[in-house]
Amino acid sequence: MTEIEKRQDRSPVPSAFDYAPAPESREIVTLEDRYDLFIGGEWVEPKSGEYAPTISPSSEEPLAEVAYAGAEDVGTAVEAAGEAFEDGWSDITPAERAKYLYRIARILQERSREFAVLESLDGGKPIRESRDVDLPLSAAHFFYYAGWADKLEYAFPNRKPKALGVAGQIIPWNFPLLMLSWKIAPALASGNTVVLKPAESTPLTALLFCDVVRQAELPPGVVNIVTGDGRAGAELVKHPGVDKVAFTGSTDVGKEIQRAVAGTGKKLTLELGGKAANIIFDDAPLDQAVEGIINGIYFNQGHVCCAGSRLLVQESIYEQVIAKLKRRMGTLRVGDPLDKNTDIGAINSKEQLEKIKELVAAGEEEGAEIFQPPCRLPEKGWWFAPTVFTNVAQSYRVAQEEIFGPVLSVLTFRTPDEAVEKANNTPYGLSAGVWTEKGSRILSMAQRLRAGVIWANTYNRFDPASPFGGYKESGFGREGGRHGLEPYMRFE
Amino acid sequence: MAQAPALPGGFELPLEPRLPRIGSVDQVAVEERAESLSRRSIKRESKLFALDLAVRMMDLTTLEGADTPGKVAALSSKAMRPDPSDLTVPPVAAVCVYPNLVPVALERVKGSGVLVASVATAFPSGQSPLEIKIEEAARVAEMGADEIDMVIDRGAFLAGNYARVYDEVRRIKEACGDAHLKVILETGELGTYDNVRRASLLAIAGGADFIKTSTGKIQPAATLPVTLVMLEAIRDVYEETGRRIGMKPAGGIRHAKQAVQYLVLLHETLGVEWMTPDLFRFGASSLLNDCLLQIRKEKTGRYQSPDYFTLD
Amino acid sequence: MRLPVKKTYKLYVGGAFPRSESGRSYDAEGANVARASRKDLRDAVRAAREAFPKWASMTAYNRGQVLYRVAEIMEGRRAQFVELTGDEAEVDAAIDSWVWYAGWADKLAQVLGSSNPVAGPYFNFTVPEPTGVVGVVAPEEPALAGFVARLAPVIVGGNVAVIVASQKRPLAAVTLAEVLATSDVPGGVVNVLTGRKDELCAVLASHMDVNAVDLSGADDEREELERLAADNVKRVVSNGDGQSPWHVAAFLELKTVWHPIGV
Repeated sequence: MTEIEKRQDRSPVPSAFDYAPAPESREIVTLEDRYDLFIGGEWVEPKSGEYAPTISPSSEEPLAEVAYAGAEDVGTAVEAAGEAFEDGWSDITPAERAKYLYRIARILQERSREFAVLESLDGGKPIRESRDVDLPLSAAHFFYYAGWADKLEYAFPNRKPKALGVAGQIIPWNFPLLMLSWKIAPALASGNTVVLKPAESTPLTALLFCDVVRQAELPPGVVNIVTGDGRAGAELVKHPGVDKVAFTGSTDVGKEIQRAVAGTGKKLTLELGGKAANIIFDDAPLDQAVEGIINGIYFNQGHVCCAGSRLLVQESIYEQVIAKLKRRMGTLRVGDPLDKNTDIGAINSKEQLEKIKELVAAGEEEGAEIFQPPCRLPEKGWWFAPTVFTNVAQSYRVAQEEIFGPVLSVLTFRTPDEAVEKANNTPYGLSAGVWTEKGSRILSMAQRLRAGVIWANTYNRFDPASPFGGYKESGFGREGGRHGLEPYMRFE
Repeated sequence: MAQAPALPGGFELPLEPRLPRIGSVDQVAVEERAESLSRRSIKRESKLFALDLAVRMMDLTTLEGADTPGKVAALSSKAMRPDPSDLTVPPVAAVCVYPNLVPVALERVKGSGVLVASVATAFPSGQSPLEIKIEEAARVAEMGADEIDMVIDRGAFLAGNYARVYDEVRRIKEACGDAHLKVILETGELGTYDNVRRASLLAIAGGADFIKTSTGKIQPAATLPVTLVMLEAIRDVYEETGRRIGMKPAGGIRHAKQAVQYLVLLHETLGVEWMTPDLFRFGASSLLNDCLLQIRKEKTGRYQSPDYFTLD
Repeated sequence: MRLPVKKTYKLYVGGAFPRSESGRSYDAEGANVARASRKDLRDAVRAAREAFPKWASMTAYNRGQVLYRVAEIMEGRRAQFVELTGDEAEVDAAIDSWVWYAGWADKLAQVLGSSNPVAGPYFNFTVPEPTGVVGVVAPEEPALAGFVARLAPVIVGGNVAVIVASQKRPLAAVTLAEVLATSDVPGGVVNVLTGRKDELCAVLASHMDVNAVDLSGADDEREELERLAADNVKRVVSNGDGQSPWHVAAFLELKTVWHPIGV
């Protein structure tokens, strides 16, 4: 054998580098068999008598039974919030109010692993995301708004801001704890009390949050959690004791809510769906742009309202980008959400999986070309492989409708004007991405894109200091930043 | 092909087969990607596999003014048999020494399969006349070194004299003869990731078999993001031309955990085909013992003490 | 009868507690307190300057968390501070001052900065940035709350501080320094000097590597100090009492950036 052959014999190219399973332990989470409603600082059985299981989407295992609030239960919660508002919460000094919120922020930091594991178990998202994104951001949101509680006169100079009263808040299943933080932190900081209804399929971190409320010694009734389905949400929206409604969810339900509060004088904010365009110009840093595309649509299994679900790539670099994209998709790891190496977790529910499949089938039928990297999907649970459609026309359903899954639709453009036109050509307007080296082009695109959040040379970045919200049918109102306080205040 | 018209400076028509367009690199995104990959959890059998591979990929290095035949002899013994108490631990890929010590190294490792790499070209600064650098490389090749690690002229690069940088690589490659050429970019002096990408492509164009991050004599030396940028350049070359170029991060890699992170980076950027000492090396010295420590920990289940591993 | 171990009161410079290089001390509140020299001040400014880049480049969120941690640790030592000052209300006010300013860290840019609608195709924005090393002469009274009221607004915005404590009642300041040392405040961000103001203030006001001075606690030689400060155009800050984001703004520079908007 030659020296080189000897060496290669001793060091053959491996056939694979498999990562051994690296599961995060479930031990840190203690699940009750059954959870009631959290009203007035106590666990209260639902007058409706209804309970239903919440299922882990990665294993189809029922995790616990959760109460389903009826009209009377919702009423009790709103009353408790109203009493807490009249009788205590609005009397304590803003500086003390701030301290409660700081306590909550610190406790979330202290218990972050417990919450992260529970979030992944109940919702299906990878532990790496719940651990590294959801939890730090949730704590940060409370920390940020804690700081505003006793500084409102600086946020609204000359306007004499005052709390509204009781906020009825309905949140979705894609970022359960984070959405809870986005709702509760500004509401409490500005002096309101809340009744929050978590999503039907992901109640557990909200229920565990009640223990944080207890540890922080928050006065009873300031935060009330009523689990349930759409019916409980509808009751909350229409209850006369609710002064403000905040909703994050689908555009269809958002419209229903808007109709329901018409004429009532209730303040409303909506954060709805999106079909964001992620625009790649020929001078973009390509490898990083591909990371941005991946992060834009496959982060959180694509269950993101601001997901970059439409890739608009400049025609001159189309081949190169698609080749890199397909190659990169091949390194995505789909699997057990509690495995630390998993990139893409489970689809949140059977219903959502069916919706995704239906739209993907429509895409194929309409003539788009589908690509999915080879993926070994687990037996049990609800899963969908990362998917990309090329050859997509603007009019296809996969280019128009929000899929809310790990499915990307690719279209091309020739000039910046055409990119803007195509990007804006949608009833939605939540977010958009722009990838280019050229500063002036970033600013010009940002100026012309009709979307509430523009990410330039990055995607899916969130911060409590940064206002988030949509144009057009993606909703109105902003969450985050100084502007996120406004929906919860009234002014003289 | 028709004669190309006269063009303003800096504008070049692509030649066939052409290198990929230079392109730019977004710093924040590349650092985030590297950081995200460094959080992969590589445990148990996959960790053992990675550590074993890391040892086989090591260029065990001593580049000190105080190096003596005795020092290089000890290093070579360590290279051939890193852990005398565990013969399943493989030898390293190569020893890396200064030109004067090449004969000693060659003598010591003869027949073991461990290669001898030598630095050349007025390492580490490269600030000497080209003829002398070529002569040094030629002599080292003549001595019988298997691999030659050269430095690019950073002064020329930063002054915008890219043609000169390219030309030097080309001529040193010629002087190497059969020896493999590794080109050290000294990324810590280049200032931006864009420059690292440019220098990578220049070096590859000039004939590099490997591109290498650093001399190890300044900080910062190898980092995960810089390595990622270089691997992406290598990937583009491969996609467009089919050539496989090797990569070597050197300097600042002291812990086995870091070595595993580099292997994850390599795996997810270039794929399993690159996971061989023929295409990836670690330039390190104290890393070896930490890998041995971790290997023994994986095999015995107990945290280890450095006292039980020889210092050579 | 058990003999208590008496405490030695030293300076706080660069994250450590050195004695004065002069070896001197002076009598205050019944203890021997380090009497800082001009060389100690020189070292403090150097330590502050070294610590500045890291503190200034931390995210605002991180800085806010550090200040909140100071409040946490100080709360844990509440009894000790009450014993030193004899005033519970003063101690509570000092702790709450840290909490109040902590909350400003990640909001300053939103209140003090702006995007400016210039008459042309340009994106124009203004951001506040820390000025650098700030010299502070703390008021004689109240020794603790006054100290915190002058220090917190300096560092929350990313500046680093060299602060001369109350001459007559320095013990609270030194004890606070111990809180700072155990609260994730990087070494050198705050440097506390005890001693005679007539030996230290002029050196501070004339030091060419100090960017701004707060002379609240230097009633005597105010005019002379302000004149010395002019030699390197120091920002001379006279914040009133109370707490306000404008007290923070006094130590911040404003940077305005232009960039064209076009394809």
